[in-house]
Amino acid sequence: MAEVVARDIPDGAYVNLGIGQPTMVASYLRPGSGVVLHTENGMLNMGPLATGDEIDPDLTNAGKQPVTELPGASYFHHADSFAMMRGGHLDVCIMGAFQVSATGDLANWSTGAPDAIPAVGGAMDLAIGAKQVFVMMTLFAKDGKPKLVPSCTYPLTGRACVSRVYTDVATFALSPDGVRVVETFGTTAGELAARLDVPLS
Amino acid sequence: MPAGEAVRAVRDGDTVLVGGFGMAGMPVELIDALIEHGAGDLTIVSNNAGNGDTGLAALLAAGRVRKVVCSFPRQSDSWVFDGLYRAGKIELEVVPQGNLAERMRAAGAGIGAFYSPTAVGTPLAEGKEVRVIDGREYLLEYPIRGDVALIKAHLADRMGNLVYRKTARNFGPVMATAAAVTIAQVSRVVEVGELDPEAVVTPAIYVNRVVVP
Repeated sequence: MAEVVARDIPDGAYVNLGIGQPTMVASYLRPGSGVVLHTENGMLNMGPLATGDEIDPDLTNAGKQPVTELPGASYFHHADSFAMMRGGHLDVCIMGAFQVSATGDLANWSTGAPDAIPAVGGAMDLAIGAKQVFVMMTLFAKDGKPKLVPSCTYPLTGRACVSRVYTDVATFALSPDGVRVVETFGTTAGELAARLDVPLS
Repeated sequence: MPAGEAVRAVRDGDTVLVGGFGMAGMPVELIDALIEHGAGDLTIVSNNAGNGDTGLAALLAAGRVRKVVCSFPRQSDSWVFDGLYRAGKIELEVVPQGNLAERMRAAGAGIGAFYSPTAVGTPLAEGKEVRVIDGREYLLEYPIRGDVALIKAHLADRMGNLVYRKTARNFGPVMATAAAVTIAQVSRVVEVGELDPEAVVTPAIYVNRVVVP
């Protein structure tokens, strides 16, 4: 999945990778692509995870893991970091999701469970800020329910913000015209249409 | 200045801005001094609600915090906050991270309020004024001011100009502008003139006290 996402990132793009699975996309970026990684805690041109002597507690990614800096890196404070998102300067952000609606609504910060401690981090700012929001998720939850839905039942992170959904079985492009199957992996568009409540083209 | 003397600025009931993203940039020694100082009933504004058992987590564990305003309280190592929250012993206001930073920036810059597109259509929009500007919806957001800011920088000069180190900068520069009293913990103080003026990130006008732990 990470490899498929990496293929769709334009050369030279400024990209924010969310916590968890999206961080794996970095490993598949083509050398020389010129893609610059942004981390919300105040850095551009972030390098790979730090190991051994490279580990520096003052240099971490959004998931608080130690990372490295690449030549041409820059540091900035939090208000600037989020101005970059909100101001439309970031080309792509990649996040996980609990649910995505056919109209591109994103739900990825809370299941709404009564005992859950709400924690949103930078997800809402990224969702409305980046020019394109890509989601990486499994298409079906552990209980078999689809996560690409007509309308999200979980609390929203952002409205009409997701343009692409990358899943284990298919990639979908979302637009005002609807949901289009871009590519399938080990299944067919027809089989997916039978399992989803969302019209596919 | 000794940390214990610096944090006497904090009074019961104060709003304290605490720098850091996780442990990077967290002014642990200032927080330890605040615990020793004993001020309570505090509102803490910080990105997280404490990690592990040190720093902010220790302040929470000491029962000094009434309310936490933060973006991301729930983490694998936030057991102190989790316990207090589930026991109903602490209030929580969750603010999207960018709004948290910008609300402090607004406080420091004398902005009365601003419209942000973040959180439109989400549960965190509840109770906020919605304004349509050029066809897009925004939410009215108010500044967050601190009575005291506790931040960590790398170097200070004797005037209080600050430079930071890597991603430990995070909320420090914004919080420094947003509090009535800003206390910076640094690893070293240099003489006036030793910092490159082009490289100063937080000008001394925002910094009231400097502590080298």
